[in-house]
Amino acid sequence: MARNKEALVLLLDVGPSMHSRLPEIEKLSSMLVQKKLIYSKSDEVGVVLFGTEDTDNELTKEVGGYEHVVVLRHIRVVDVNIIDALRRLPKGTASSDFLDAIVVGMDMLIKKFGPTNKGKQRLCLITDALCPIKEPYEGTKEDQIDMVSAQMKSHGMRVDCIVVRENLPGAANQTVMDENDLLLNRLSKKTATKVIHVESATSLLGALRTRNISPVTIFRGDLELSPLMKIKVWVYKKTSEEKFPTLKQYSDKAPSTDRFATHEVKVDIEYKSVQDTEKVVPPEQRIKGYRYGPQVVPISSAEWEAVKFKPEKSVKLLGFTDASNIMRHYYMKDVNVFIPEPGNTKAILAVSSLARAMKEMNKVAILRCVWRQGQGNVVIGVLTPNLSTLDNVPDSFYFNVLPFAEDVREFQFPSFGNLPLSWQPNEQQQEAADKLVMMLDLMPSGKEEVLQPDLTPNPVLERFYRFLELKSKHPDADVPPIDRTLKWITEPDPELLSQNKSVIDDFLNQFELKENPKKNKSSRRLWREKPSASNEEKEGAQNDVSDIRSNNLITNSSSLTVEKIGKLTPVQDFEAMMQRRDSPEWVSKAIRDIKILILNLLENSLERSNCEMAIECLGALRRGCILEQEPKEFNQFMQTLYKTCKDRNLNHFLELLLSKHITLISKEEAVDSDVSDDDAKKFLVKIELTSQCN
Amino acid sequence: MDFNPEDLFRDDDDDPESEYYQGRESTKEFVVYLVDASPRMFYPASNAEDNKDESPFHVVVSCIAQSLKTQIINNSYDEVSICFFNTREKKNLQDLSGVYVFNVNEREYLDRPTARLIKEFSNIEETFMSEIGSQYGIISGSRENSLYNALWVAQALLRKGSTKNADKRILLFTNEDDPFGRIKGATKTDMIRTTIQRAKDAQDMGISIELLPSCRPTEEFDVSLFYADLIGLENVDQSQFITSTSEKLDDIKAQLRKRMFKKRKIKRITFSIANGISIELNAYALIRPTVPVNFYLSGAITWLDSVTNLPLKSERSSICADTGALIQEPARRFHPYRNDNVLFTMDELSEIKKVSTGHLRLLGFKPLSCLKDYHNLRPSTFLFPNDEEIIGSTRIFIALHRSMSRLKRFAVAFYGSSASPHLVALIAQDEITSSSGQVEPPGMHMINLPYSDDIRHAEELHMAIDATAPRAIDDQIKKASVLLKRVDLKDFSVCQFANPVVLYLALQRHYAILEALALGDDEMPETADETVPDEEGMARPVVVNALEDYKVSVYGENHDQEEAENNAAKSTISDAAKKRKAIVETAVQECANYEWADLADNGKLKDLTVTELKYYLSAHSLPVAGKKEALISRILTHMGK
Repeated sequence: MARNKEALVLLLDVGPSMHSRLPEIEKLSSMLVQKKLIYSKSDEVGVVLFGTEDTDNELTKEVGGYEHVVVLRHIRVVDVNIIDALRRLPKGTASSDFLDAIVVGMDMLIKKFGPTNKGKQRLCLITDALCPIKEPYEGTKEDQIDMVSAQMKSHGMRVDCIVVRENLPGAANQTVMDENDLLLNRLSKKTATKVIHVESATSLLGALRTRNISPVTIFRGDLELSPLMKIKVWVYKKTSEEKFPTLKQYSDKAPSTDRFATHEVKVDIEYKSVQDTEKVVPPEQRIKGYRYGPQVVPISSAEWEAVKFKPEKSVKLLGFTDASNIMRHYYMKDVNVFIPEPGNTKAILAVSSLARAMKEMNKVAILRCVWRQGQGNVVIGVLTPNLSTLDNVPDSFYFNVLPFAEDVREFQFPSFGNLPLSWQPNEQQQEAADKLVMMLDLMPSGKEEVLQPDLTPNPVLERFYRFLELKSKHPDADVPPIDRTLKWITEPDPELLSQNKSVIDDFLNQFELKENPKKNKSSRRLWREKPSASNEEKEGAQNDVSDIRSNNLITNSSSLTVEKIGKLTPVQDFEAMMQRRDSPEWVSKAIRDIKILILNLLENSLERSNCEMAIECLGALRRGCILEQEPKEFNQFMQTLYKTCKDRNLNHFLELLLSKHITLISKEEAVDSDVSDDDAKKFLVKIELTSQCN
Repeated sequence: MDFNPEDLFRDDDDDPESEYYQGRESTKEFVVYLVDASPRMFYPASNAEDNKDESPFHVVVSCIAQSLKTQIINNSYDEVSICFFNTREKKNLQDLSGVYVFNVNEREYLDRPTARLIKEFSNIEETFMSEIGSQYGIISGSRENSLYNALWVAQALLRKGSTKNADKRILLFTNEDDPFGRIKGATKTDMIRTTIQRAKDAQDMGISIELLPSCRPTEEFDVSLFYADLIGLENVDQSQFITSTSEKLDDIKAQLRKRMFKKRKIKRITFSIANGISIELNAYALIRPTVPVNFYLSGAITWLDSVTNLPLKSERSSICADTGALIQEPARRFHPYRNDNVLFTMDELSEIKKVSTGHLRLLGFKPLSCLKDYHNLRPSTFLFPNDEEIIGSTRIFIALHRSMSRLKRFAVAFYGSSASPHLVALIAQDEITSSSGQVEPPGMHMINLPYSDDIRHAEELHMAIDATAPRAIDDQIKKASVLLKRVDLKDFSVCQFANPVVLYLALQRHYAILEALALGDDEMPETADETVPDEEGMARPVVVNALEDYKVSVYGENHDQEEAENNAAKSTISDAAKKRKAIVETAVQECANYEWADLADNGKLKDLTVTELKYYLSAHSLPVAGKKEALISRILTHMGK
């Protein structure tokens, strides 16, 4: 087998308990194959299903047993058909025995490649491991695991094992689960097996690296603590951004009959002199110029080579320092991992002791690195300990690049303490924020961490490859809307929001947000650019008078676009419309519209909720009319309303009016009003009487 | 560098939505450095004996020189002018007394900084007294008002260009908090009035005036005496303006330098918290790599005609690879898949990338321990609240910030920018100050989290099968701890400008060379490498002892010896090397059996077999690859025939 070629057997559990998971498993496994089709075309893939109704595998024919295991596809070079097959996994009906499946998969690999050919061979098992595995004919289950792992080891097979479990119905056979987990752990200790437990659909999609990238060391050599003491290490990349694929430009010039057309576009760059735009300057007559201010300094590459900075290849320790001296946000780039030279016990011990000491004392190491000879610069970075959680994996270090002084821009920002008092949260607000930060928890106890980076797929790439597959079949297909499982990455989980509704509502009610109406973009006077404290306070005062604290939350978008008052959030719509300053029409329109709405609501006042909403709208209208100095509009409306209620015996509404103390707007509240304070009180009495009479 | 630097610095303006909210940010700066040159600026700044020659004037000059250097590298399209006031000589277009505009050849008064300007300005103190001179400009009995004149000159300089595409600033450096203190009566009020009016006029033209006071050791600089009115400070802002009366000159320098930077925000971000409620934040790039080489895209490198040294114009043209026809920018892209090309329109591609609105959406919170050291891909972005559009943003931001900081939690959010939508971590950073001013500003740092596609598991590559990996024992850890204590960098810091522990050496050298060439200096500058380990410190006996102890503890007593033996063994054991050696040896033997010169002369080489030809090649350590003809010609070339 070629060096980087891999043979993979997918072992998929399709038993009854897995049915709800099948859509994600279909997506994950077809994505895996799809990436192989694009990036490693010569890889070979086989598929085994277990927990199926039928039985179809070679072992059962040869030795019997191995029921409910179906070989969906023998190991063959990847092709298009397999994706279609994986898209439509059959729903099984039988109890699923993952050990049988492993043995069948292993047998397929051994038969295909024999004992001599030790290429990369991998089994990938996806199961919930909820069904008990059968008692073997001889020996214990543990013995069987040991036999299997001995075989795997001798053939150099690796296993990726994904255990999917979520919200277990009761303690669905806890003993079976525990036994299965023990068996899988035993397997993972004895072989190169990785067991990943996932709960949510999103993390199932991210549980497997779908694209194989053969790891390459950046550096192999000494980590020099000093000239006296060196540790042999290998450095790999730990993270590296998988970019959106670069698509080539398409040329449609070639005739459609030309089957060998590449349709590629070549880009040609010609350099022409400024004076004579017709003349093309040949490459040998070009020289690089480096800008320095307005000047351009010509330097040939030979000259540059002679003067440029050429450090020696080395990785040297500068010293240790407290972890708190290195802020997390200094990390500049993708991360490297330093592992001790494989098989070198001394190196493993040295890294282990250093890492553990650093962890204990909360220290980090600062290194100066030149990875390759001839590298044009040095890298300064921080080494942090990574203590291994797996027994068979040695301790290692993570390495993050730190900025140089030139990379840091030291902008000054005001201290929060120096900001005006009106911008500071008060005690209740702080309490509400504390609650929000605690309750909107993505690390619920006893459950899996939500959106753990290691298990979260890139929604954009996921979407691209799915669309690629779709388009290859239906060239005219539109981009489908984003998948539900992927939405959990880009949007807050609706379940989490509804669980914490009261906390969120309380938080939002504590704070008020307002569009700044005085924002004047043309003025560039420094002190006008920020809304000054004084006008902020004025606004605060207004709010107190009108007592609209709790309802004053408006969103940026709604306040910008509200053009009519809807039935869902009439109060907010009304307030937003009242605040629109682009035309004086808006205020009268808002008042007119909300009046109509209130009357409409009262038409259907049999529903209690309608009555309450009408009251809320009326309250908002009253506040608005006070703010905008339109008391007459309100008072007249109140009179009409009173009349309507009296005629139609809407006692319930009148009682609500009383309980909320909504009455006419008096002179004291708005100068333009012709209603005295007394009259306003009398109006309430009148309402009271009416409601009792009726 | 793995990423395109343009991507990082670009204002992500391709997003039409954000453009709508974004006030037009000007990209260019016009700056007038207005420096007080009164005799008072030449009194030593501090009483400390070690640096008694350093006057406030010196501090200001060195700060401006430093800032010019930064400008020429980072924002070389900025235009600057340096203007002294309270001078003996005068040099300005308006011919006003007491004001001297400093300049060099081939440069207008307000122009881009050049290498020569920086060089001559750095040395200005040597000639200042003789050529420009210092004297008090505002004295009783004279109606001269040098401050007024200076503002007038600065304003006239900044008349160039429109405020739409350039930020215009006057940076005023002085240590006199009461410039009209020497005069009295009606003249005084009159002068104050006219000077303030002049400043207001400038501000109305869109010029911002910023005060950079350098204080004297004994007194504080009192802005309320005069300058608060001049630069239009409100009461609240004044409290931020108190300069600490630091004794240390380095601190004063650091404070000045920090103030000279104009904060440039890269983007305005809408942070939606829940139920459609959003606040406004400004994003700043506090940490970004400065990349000197391979900077083709941003125009740091241009191609020149080596004959004329004039810049070349590049012309791109797209050519169809099949027909050779010239084509316009093609509208479609393709990706090979299933033995076919799958076509995409640009709209479809941007639709795929649009997985969310352009906002930053809060998803929830996690304890800080969930943020691992390997959860990093790119430099972080700094977020600070902004009440300009939505009043109340700052209050919510501060409340969340305090809660997160106290509860040791970070926020997870999704940032749906069109260029690279990403899951991000928001970490609350408390303000940290030192004697040199603010070291870490308060706010949140936004860190791009990797996806599972981006994380590799290299440490598991070499996992031991059916065996546990060795772990250090307590004694070894203890020895390591001792070593850690001995080799401790106490005040390691990456960001203290006054004390640049870590300088980007390659960059320093790059610009030092450019500067030398730009000025026509023949000498190549030497730059010291500050990043090499402290060898002296490492050679101290305590450190050496700790190292030796540790080494014995993990490697055993005879490590060096064993290592040497290992190496020796390796060189003899290596199979491939042995084989190669054997081949060469036999080749040399066999080779001697042939009369190569005769064979070559008679053209009989072609009668030999390939194996025979290879004897010659191997014996003379030449490559043995290729066809027979190639081997023969290689032999002939080697023999010089």
